[in-house]
Amino acid sequence: MKVYSWGRLSGEHHAVNMLGSTSNLPPLAEGPRALPHGMGRSYGDSCLNPQGTLWKTTALDHYVSFDPASGLLVCEAGILLRDIQRTFIPRGWILPVTPGTQLVTVGGAIANDVHGKNHHVHGSFGDHVRQLRLLRTDGSVIECGPAQNTDWFAATVGGLGLTGVITQACLQLRPVAGPWMETETCPYYTLDDFFQLADASEAQWEHTVSWIDCMSGSRSRGIFMRGNHAAADIRQPEPGAKALTVPLVPPVSLINPLSLRPFNAAYFHAQAQKSGRRIQHYAGYFYPLDNLLEWNRIYGPRGFYQYQSVVPRQVGQEAVAAMLKEITRAGAGSFLAVLKTFGNRQAAGMMSFPQPGVTLALDFPNKGAQTLALFERLDAIVREAGGRLYMAKDARMPRDLFEAGYPRLAEFLNYRDPGLSSALSRRLIGY
Amino acid sequence: MSTLRKIVIVGATSAMAEHCARLWLQQGVEEMVLIGRDAQRVDRVVADLRVRAPQCLIQTIISDFLQPEAIARTVEQACTAVSPDIVLLAHGSLPEQAVCQQDLQHNRVALEVNAISPVLFAEAFASRLEQVGQGKLVLIGSVAGDRGRKSNYVYGAAKGLVTRYAQGLQHRFAGSRIQVVLVKPGPTDTPMTAHLKSSGTKLASVEQVASNIVSGVAGGKTVIYAPAKWQLIMLIIRHLPRVIFNKLDI
Ligand SMILES: Cc1cc2nc3c(=O)[nH]c(=O)nc-3n(C[C@H](O)[C@H](O)[C@H](O)COP(=O)(O)OP(=O)(O)OC[C@H]3O[C@@H](n4cnc5c(N)ncnc54)[C@H](O)[C@@H]3O)c2cc1C
Ligand SMILES: NC(=O)c1ccc[n+]([C@@H]2O[C@H](COP(=O)([O-])OP(=O)(O)OC[C@H]3O[C@@H](n4cnc5c(N)ncnc54)[C@H](OP(=O)(O)O)[C@@H]3O)[C@@H](O)[C@H]2O)c1
Repeated sequence: MKVYSWGRLSGEHHAVNMLGSTSNLPPLAEGPRALPHGMGRSYGDSCLNPQGTLWKTTALDHYVSFDPASGLLVCEAGILLRDIQRTFIPRGWILPVTPGTQLVTVGGAIANDVHGKNHHVHGSFGDHVRQLRLLRTDGSVIECGPAQNTDWFAATVGGLGLTGVITQACLQLRPVAGPWMETETCPYYTLDDFFQLADASEAQWEHTVSWIDCMSGSRSRGIFMRGNHAAADIRQPEPGAKALTVPLVPPVSLINPLSLRPFNAAYFHAQAQKSGRRIQHYAGYFYPLDNLLEWNRIYGPRGFYQYQSVVPRQVGQEAVAAMLKEITRAGAGSFLAVLKTFGNRQAAGMMSFPQPGVTLALDFPNKGAQTLALFERLDAIVREAGGRLYMAKDARMPRDLFEAGYPRLAEFLNYRDPGLSSALSRRLIGY
Repeated sequence: MSTLRKIVIVGATSAMAEHCARLWLQQGVEEMVLIGRDAQRVDRVVADLRVRAPQCLIQTIISDFLQPEAIARTVEQACTAVSPDIVLLAHGSLPEQAVCQQDLQHNRVALEVNAISPVLFAEAFASRLEQVGQGKLVLIGSVAGDRGRKSNYVYGAAKGLVTRYAQGLQHRFAGSRIQVVLVKPGPTDTPMTAHLKSSGTKLASVEQVASNIVSGVAGGKTVIYAPAKWQLIMLIIRHLPRVIFNKLDI
């Protein structure tokens, strides 16, 4: 069947096998081997294996055990983060790190070592994995974690599904008072302001992120959002799944740069007016787009790219300013643009994306050569700054940038499962 | 909604049954008996449900599904453990039509698993419910049971038998506090249809189908098409004149 990743750039034929058992894998077919596949929420080609096989993991959705004294949860790897949040938040436990959508699997979250808005406090997803079970295509099973077979663990966290199929994981949940967040929204008008807000917020606020108006050029205005988990004494009815207010979302016409400029301006002013503190439900705060199913279709039949980079802090401000300048000049970009700082910590995986610095993520409707040409100019800035691009979002980065950004690549290759391969691995690694 | 405290599920490892169980647990079910044929697979489901609802008491029974004596014993054991408010019979398997046409033994097993086994369970549970005078007995048929088609009439005929049997039980218990419910799912994304998925057939999500089942049972329906659109589709298919129907490649 035709399978798309989140960016919908290609819809090529795949044989899709639902994994039904955590103890054995289907026999490998001829051809471009197999690849584990969760919810396909990666934007580019890391979750695709055209003309080959995908092993879909979403039926591996069972909990195995939970210890209410320690908060240790053992579960199968196809379970959705949403399921975990809904099951455990009412009992006072929450996933320490989640990405901007909860419609991803535990296996996918590990394989991309995903980050959330609280990197400066809690790092990335892999930092909370205590143990995982890897099933290799030769039938062997490897148990690994931060204290056991640590090399396999470091290869598999952020390992893009290429070291074996993660069948089960032990996650450390953290205590939480309830489903509510205390949030504050602050407009900013320059990148200087942004960095000051980010630095000033780190000590007091667990979650920080900002929306940036990619059309605002050198003035770089945006909306800084910070949040903490609220204390237990909030008694508000929780919103039903459908009652959540969907934030402003671009209709089809917004992909057009002519309408993007006024739209971003309107959004900025609306948010700036609402600036200040409020109480928000965690789902609306962390996963604002999850109630708008399949919003990725708005970019039309050619799909879209997301370009996410991280650059070291010392050169971060100039690099971000230079990228924004290129984007504004090209009149490209879209409403979905995120700027945030990462904390000063090393990720658990050899190929993990997060590193100390500042990360900029933007969606770009696919306009063929002109979009790719812009990316080359952005690549030059990232390369120069000593940064890297996020493979969960990538469909096109040049090999030299990949190799420069991921210096542990050679070490990682020792742990690859020869039965597994993806469009991304063939593009960037050659097999 | 009547109070819902005790549930028995036969074929508890079925994806549809599991998702119904998860929904029922969210509604505060107190006790469950899960019946399956393979201890390891049943344990996996039970471990999951226990994490989801630690307050629920869950017991399991491993049984043969084809032997009448085993079925009678299992039903007896289940109803001794709990007096169920709901019994869900969920097991089934989708045979390959072409193989059934070639191999009569295969054909026979398909008919036994999908028709004989569920109705024997239904009959045995019906007597137990009758003794206590209340309860809901939920059978899973299929849209495939609504009209025989060349692509899967062995399975369809088995589900057709379940349909008639359910009708008979409904007639028998009319006016009593025992309700017999027949569920007719359309193609649904579960392990049973894994091969259809890879060939690109459109499948409903098992979460949606389970939620249709759970709300339909609570709402007192006697026939539940899941998703509901299949009611209209099957109405049309059942009434298509034969000359037209015979031209369809379905
Ligand atoms: C709206 C939106 C917001 C997002 N926000 C963020 C964010 O804030 N931060 C962030 O880090 N990411 C973010 N992402 C990206 C997303 O979190 C990652 O792409 C995630 O890995 C997707 O998980 P998945 O289950 O869909 O996996 P897939 O996309 O299906 O697969 C991702 C990779 O994991 C591998 N994989 C999947 N399951 C297994 C398994 N069981 N064993 C081994 N390998 C496996 C696959 O082979 C593939 O390489 C966002 C995505 C969207 C759509
Ligand atoms: N999925 C669909 O598209 C669809 C459509 C219409 C109707 N249905 C019906 O819905 C019900 C649930 O199916 P599902 O989709 O949830 O499928 P599933 O997940 O594949 O579950 C099938 C269940 O049947 C059991 N089973 C299979 N063969 C058996 C046998 N020979 N003896 C005893 N038990 C056996 C399995 O037990 P093990 O775990 O031990 O194998 C499992 O519990 C079935 O009655 C099916 O016919 C399904």
